[in-house]
Amino acid sequence: MQWEVVIGLEIHAQLATKSKIFSGASTAYGAEPNTQACAIDLGLPGVLPVLNKEVLRMAVLFGLAINADISRQSVFARKNYFYPDLPKGYQISQMDLPIVKNGSLEIELEDGQTKVIALTRAHLEEDAGKSLHEDFAGMTGIDLNRAGTPLLEIVSEPDMRSAKEAVAFMKKIHSLVQYLGICDGNMQEGSFRCDANVSVRPKGQEKLGTRTELKNINSFRFVEKAINLEVERQIELIEDGGTITQETRLYDADRDETRPMRSKEEANDYRYFPDPDLLPVEVDDAYIEQVRTQLPELPAEKKARFIAELALSSQDAEMLTAQKELADFFESTVEAANGEAKLCANWIMGELVATLNKSGKDISQSNISPERLGGLIQRIKDNTISGKIAKSVFEFLWNEEGTADEIIERKGLKQVTDSGFIEKIIAEVMTNNPEQVEQYRSGKEKVFGFFVGKVMQASQGKANPAQVNQLLKDKLKS
Amino acid sequence: MSLQPNEIEKIAHLARLAISETDKSVYAENLSSILDLVEQMNAVNTADIVPLAHPLNEPQRLRDDVTSETDQRELLQENSPTVEKGLFLVPKVLE
Amino acid sequence: MFEKTIAELINDLTHKTVSSVELTEAFLHRINHSDAEYNSFITVTTEQAMQQARQADQRLARGDGESLTGIPLAHKDIFCTKGIKTTCASKMLDNFIAPYDATVIEKFNQAGAVTLGKTNMDEFAMGSSNETSFYGPVKNPWGKNHVPGGSSGGSAAAVAALLAPGATGTDTGGSIRQPAALCNLTGIKPTYGRVSRWGMIAFASSLDQGGVMTRTAEDAAILLNVMAGFDSKDSTSINQPVDDYRANLNNDLTGLRIGLPKEFFDEKLDNQMASKIQDAIKVYQQAGAEIVDIELPHSALSVPAYYVIAPAECSSNLSRYDGVRFGYRCENPIDLEDLYKRSRGEAFGAEVKRRIMIGTYALSAGYYDAYYLKAQKVRQLISNDFKAAFEKCDVIMGPTTPDTAFELGEKSQDPVTMYLSDIYTIAVNLAGLPAMSIPAGFVNDMPVGLQIIGNYFDESRLLNVAHQYQQITDWHQQTPAGIC
Repeated sequence: MQWEVVIGLEIHAQLATKSKIFSGASTAYGAEPNTQACAIDLGLPGVLPVLNKEVLRMAVLFGLAINADISRQSVFARKNYFYPDLPKGYQISQMDLPIVKNGSLEIELEDGQTKVIALTRAHLEEDAGKSLHEDFAGMTGIDLNRAGTPLLEIVSEPDMRSAKEAVAFMKKIHSLVQYLGICDGNMQEGSFRCDANVSVRPKGQEKLGTRTELKNINSFRFVEKAINLEVERQIELIEDGGTITQETRLYDADRDETRPMRSKEEANDYRYFPDPDLLPVEVDDAYIEQVRTQLPELPAEKKARFIAELALSSQDAEMLTAQKELADFFESTVEAANGEAKLCANWIMGELVATLNKSGKDISQSNISPERLGGLIQRIKDNTISGKIAKSVFEFLWNEEGTADEIIERKGLKQVTDSGFIEKIIAEVMTNNPEQVEQYRSGKEKVFGFFVGKVMQASQGKANPAQVNQLLKDKLKS
Repeated sequence: MSLQPNEIEKIAHLARLAISETDKSVYAENLSSILDLVEQMNAVNTADIVPLAHPLNEPQRLRDDVTSETDQRELLQENSPTVEKGLFLVPKVLE
Repeated sequence: MFEKTIAELINDLTHKTVSSVELTEAFLHRINHSDAEYNSFITVTTEQAMQQARQADQRLARGDGESLTGIPLAHKDIFCTKGIKTTCASKMLDNFIAPYDATVIEKFNQAGAVTLGKTNMDEFAMGSSNETSFYGPVKNPWGKNHVPGGSSGGSAAAVAALLAPGATGTDTGGSIRQPAALCNLTGIKPTYGRVSRWGMIAFASSLDQGGVMTRTAEDAAILLNVMAGFDSKDSTSINQPVDDYRANLNNDLTGLRIGLPKEFFDEKLDNQMASKIQDAIKVYQQAGAEIVDIELPHSALSVPAYYVIAPAECSSNLSRYDGVRFGYRCENPIDLEDLYKRSRGEAFGAEVKRRIMIGTYALSAGYYDAYYLKAQKVRQLISNDFKAAFEKCDVIMGPTTPDTAFELGEKSQDPVTMYLSDIYTIAVNLAGLPAMSIPAGFVNDMPVGLQIIGNYFDESRLLNVAHQYQQITDWHQQTPAGIC
């Protein structure tokens, strides 16, 4: 039987505020346990929540970026359940009236086609704390520093049909929230997390199969692996005559498997109701328009501009705009290089990205600034150095030995265009290799490359290759 | 509405309340009579009525995004039954 | 001295005929000497009180006293007091030392008041008789076999027994007005949002409101002026200036339109009670007020709607008491589930558990619409009734309670009967309106309360209406026999 995979994602993006969603405690990552959990975060008797202004702005900004409806009135509700990392015994979230509804986002598929994924909603809620399972004599330790950190939960429709599509969508959201400056996107620190709802159905069937929810998939690679594992498991189970149970499953990267979560075994009854400590959140058109003015150029717009104005290929533009910092780096480089967008793109996606990968760094940690890379590209363009020499200049730049000009000057790497000098070298090479001269002249033109190599070698790579070619041809003929 | 002891058990579990066997029937009786009282609401038709969640007809106020709290762990944990290395301890949680 | 009003004591302190230390010592002595009879205090804060009194005297000597400098008061043990045990009358919080002051406490401290101690109450303010307290029932000074009312029963008994000249309370369904009525006191529950709920331990967040219990309307005005006001820490606090509640106390009542809802005078009201209320209304008529007949057609549904909404909110508000970060924790829990269930099962009393379970049920899947949503719709109807009524009148009057104080144990076995003792007070909380109860006579030597309900933020008028009555009558000056 042919199976169709159906995937919907729930993405939790921690909003990059200074303070928590309902308290004035810091949201900074990595503090000593419970030193950033104030009385409100701990849910002590008598405390009350007040909403952080910035959280609302960020949610509206996101909504505008995905062309969604912004609710003029949204309501915070309590989701009631007991768990030690949930101090009040309820999570303040949004249920019936979320701040953002009905958005959409386009993703690129592997074959170059695009696909629009619908976003059901995005709502604001507070994060829970963390349970630490290291052994405290058989106990679990609870750190509530993260409790109350603002989250934007972004929920897609079940529009994705493969793990690859799911990853593409997740990457797109990841890129978008960073473009908007509303989330740092740090997946190691849990600032950007994803749950996947996965089901399968026979191809052609309209009714959705029973879904399972995969939790704890905190990297793009794991999302793909976990979904594929789960799809395999579901198909195998059904084909063996079994049925899928609707449940929450945990992805275990070490064991490369998904398994039911024990803590979520029972069907939850969250008893949502409007939080009586908070009043309805109201936004008007003026506010929405004011937030709209803060929208930066978004990846899709940037990509279109790179293609139209900088004559990049769609593929190059896609790669460069996938990450805001990379796009910014590229644009600064183009500016420093006085144009030459294609050359800049090649150098960034070629040498620079390879070197960054090799040293385990990301673009923000590059040893070479856009200004210096632009300087190098200028020297390539004006023939001061050849492409080959440029690669060694790049290495010196990476080792922070100065600007391209300084390096070229200090190391004497300037390209030689003096034809008298080049002719002198050619004469020497021909004198030293009479046999090859004879071969060339008798029609064996393949040896031409041998002469180019010898000349370049003798000039320590500095001779202008085009000139070398031309002069060699002239000399060898006569 | 008449609640049975097994329903009390379900509710008590949702609310995480230990209720003894003997108390279950007492609660079943109490809660059933409260529900009878509550169901007097059904005397009125509310089909077109907008629910009122809050007596105030006001929008939510917003606070500026500033870090106003300092570390008060020591003070706040003075009331804590079991704390070690700054962490609240609970019986082992299985995920 | 103990029979003096707060207004009089302020005068005495200002003119130095008495010092705050003398006053405070006297009240502390009286509490230590006689509170065993009433059980109105959970904690007496002797040391802190004396320290505050000494500081007050220094300020008074310098002549820079605030409005309440040196005045001893008692606070319901629902308000968090920094460094002092704050129990909400529950075993759950028997060991809880609040790490902060409630805004209300902070305001009284700033005004220079002296805290005598924390008063007894129904556990988590759930009750109408003060019998659900972990610290035992409070006795009514007017009849020690009788309940003082609840949930602010300790505050009521303390003021009635002259153990404090005034006390704070909270009112979710009548918890200030009903005990005020049963103990011959003046009690005011302000408009929802007028007094900050920060640090006031929540029972039902959309209904809870802090207020005061005193022996006169003037004293209530003095205390409310300190207590009321905007608080940025409470999202439901209203940012609106506070009136000077004493400014209009002496306004003439000529032309005042008093609405009498026929639903408040039906067969549920005891005959003798009814005649006392009618007498009070005659006093107002003689003072120039007009009577307007009004209707509150959905008021009979206020108790049913309340017993969905309040338990629903409380079931969620009380989830934080889980034995993890503070409060009672059971011995040797075998696992997490056991920790939760036994900590909560062992530390909450029966009434609290009943309400948590009713609320849990009303919110649970399949029942939400039939119970919680229905109750919210009924709440809308009740609120609309009042809006329509206030088109026709300035204040609404009626009894505070259907009967005088009942005997201890009389209703404690039957929750529904107990709940019905709040039939006249609950609608006000659902609508969020301000209301008072003032002494209006006695039936069989037990006090009767007249309830006065005002429009939103019309506390000033309520206090004026109450004060004028107290200029003509002396019910409020009566004290229980055998207390001095």
